[in-house]
Amino acid sequence: MSALPRDAARTEAPPQSWRLRRSGLLPGFSFTFGFTLFYLGLIVLFPLAVLLLKAAQLSPSQIWGIVSEPRALAAYRFSFGASLTAALLNALFGLLVAWVLARYRFPGKALCDALVDVPFALPTAVAGIALTSLLAPNGLIGRLFDAVGIQIAFARPGVVIALTFVGLPFVVRTVQPVLLELDPALEEAAAVLGASRLQTFLRVLLPAIFPSLLTGFALAFARALGEYGSIVFISGNLPGKTEIVPLLIVTKLEQYDYAGATAIAAVMLLLSFLLLLAINLLQTRTRAARAVRK
Amino acid sequence: MSVTVRNLTKRFTASAGSPRAPAVADASFEAPDGAITTLLGPSGSGKTTVLRAIAGLEQPDSGTILLDGVDCTAIPARRRGVGFVFQGYALFAHMSVRDNIAFGLQVRKMPRKEIAERVDELLSLVQLEGLGARYPKQLSGGQQQRVAFARALATRPRVLLLDEPFGALDAQVRVELRSWLQRLHAQTHVTTLLVTHDQEEALELSQHVVLMRAGRIEQVGTPHDLYDHPSTPFVASFIGGATVLRGRVEGTRAAIGPLSVAAPDGALEGAGLQAFVRPHDVRIARATDQSAVSLGKIEKLVRVGGFVKVELRLPSGEAMTVQMAKTELDALGVAEGDRVLVDLLAAKVFVEDYSI
Repeated sequence: MSALPRDAARTEAPPQSWRLRRSGLLPGFSFTFGFTLFYLGLIVLFPLAVLLLKAAQLSPSQIWGIVSEPRALAAYRFSFGASLTAALLNALFGLLVAWVLARYRFPGKALCDALVDVPFALPTAVAGIALTSLLAPNGLIGRLFDAVGIQIAFARPGVVIALTFVGLPFVVRTVQPVLLELDPALEEAAAVLGASRLQTFLRVLLPAIFPSLLTGFALAFARALGEYGSIVFISGNLPGKTEIVPLLIVTKLEQYDYAGATAIAAVMLLLSFLLLLAINLLQTRTRAARAVRK
Repeated sequence: MSVTVRNLTKRFTASAGSPRAPAVADASFEAPDGAITTLLGPSGSGKTTVLRAIAGLEQPDSGTILLDGVDCTAIPARRRGVGFVFQGYALFAHMSVRDNIAFGLQVRKMPRKEIAERVDELLSLVQLEGLGARYPKQLSGGQQQRVAFARALATRPRVLLLDEPFGALDAQVRVELRSWLQRLHAQTHVTTLLVTHDQEEALELSQHVVLMRAGRIEQVGTPHDLYDHPSTPFVASFIGGATVLRGRVEGTRAAIGPLSVAAPDGALEGAGLQAFVRPHDVRIARATDQSAVSLGKIEKLVRVGGFVKVELRLPSGEAMTVQMAKTELDALGVAEGDRVLVDLLAAKVFVEDYSI
């Protein structure tokens, strides 16, 4: 058989190189880039710099003493552990909710769809009060668990539930549009090629939605790390047990220990930033694997 | 492996849940073993639904699908052993070309080494050696289409089903891939069903054509059968771009205004008829006397490469398209606005059942 010459010419990819400028339809790269830096600096970096400045009033050994005391260490562990658990739960069940909303038609679908956004809009303190009254040992659901000796509110499970509540919309809203746009022929192609439903899901669908799932996970995780309002009510705030970092910071502020509060805040900031950066890098790598480089 | 479709009916429910006209109504045909069979028809004629039902992607409301004489209507798509090439390719974007082709073998748990050998074999069959590590988006449309073919052929399917395989490609690539597909079929001899709305594709590629219209099968036969002996007015007008002229039976002739061709046997005197005239079954000659016997007026001359389309207006007011070689027209020496003599070399005549 002879080759098809025109196709061959088209696949010659230009050499890849890092470029600062990328010509596009819209002009004004330097202006928009400059403004982006200025804006991020003003809104994000500037307040953070003030925070670090405040913490810098203390000597390094003082800072180390504050940020490494057992109470603070327990709070970091609990904050990150609970947030991670909540984000994982959200990734799993949010994917399920997104799947059902994207794939099926059923009565009350619009209502369900709207319900997903409620945690976005509801003041989290309200969510905290509602969840606490529900899960407290004398609450509607808490009573059942209390009978078998499991405490939910004022214990770690309650915190995870509250964090799951506030993070739910992120996964659903990032995965849902991707699922909607997924070509149904992909699943059909897998089926005709002999794949089972599980194989189709694991090998065809999941890889296609994984980047968006990762984004949703990262957002839910970040949201949970910063959550304060609902946790105050449900956690019971037992130092060393159910105390989250934001709460520890507020406690210190209430004791007029501004420098100590900012020192712990700075650690929290650094850890969160490193984690989110890692997730972003992972995302870049997943995307790069299928990037269009023409 | 022959494919037999018997009394296939499929109805889709409209969005409000009310029944609509069936997408396919009582369709029966057989695609012979080892041949390329085309399902041809205008869009919305149900041809893709038939193809999807054969693949098991669509469950028919009634009727049976037989592969090699065995009823497999109830067998799920993944166990039918067919290959399917989708209109939009449906390649897995996150997998390399190699992994796409290997997918059907991997889910069958074929040993890794055999998979690698089979993939190499297919890459050379579709002339994509060296592009195995690329991702689908890094390929041109024609190359993606060939990956889709390789992926479908990898599992050695008993039947290859192609849904408008060249629909998304530009004209020149289409023509190239058409002859490529013919060569591929000559190598593999796999029974192939091809859905297309392009009659040229159907006539050129297939040994067997199933012409569909509005969910029903109009005619089944070889491309020559359909072209030379259309069984219904629809087939006559769909294939070959014929002009329809109205006339009347007069004795043994079908009179179409001042023109006439032989009428079919046993036609009732005076019965109305439709004559389908192909653009190259008309001869025109220069009218020497502009006023007397001239039969048509040249409204427009459209040159397409070596051919010229002549648009004629007949005295009855009907329009007719004639196609002739550019050299032939030059020899005639006619121009737009000229009156010409018209002669029908052949026409397919359908006598209407009723007469006035």
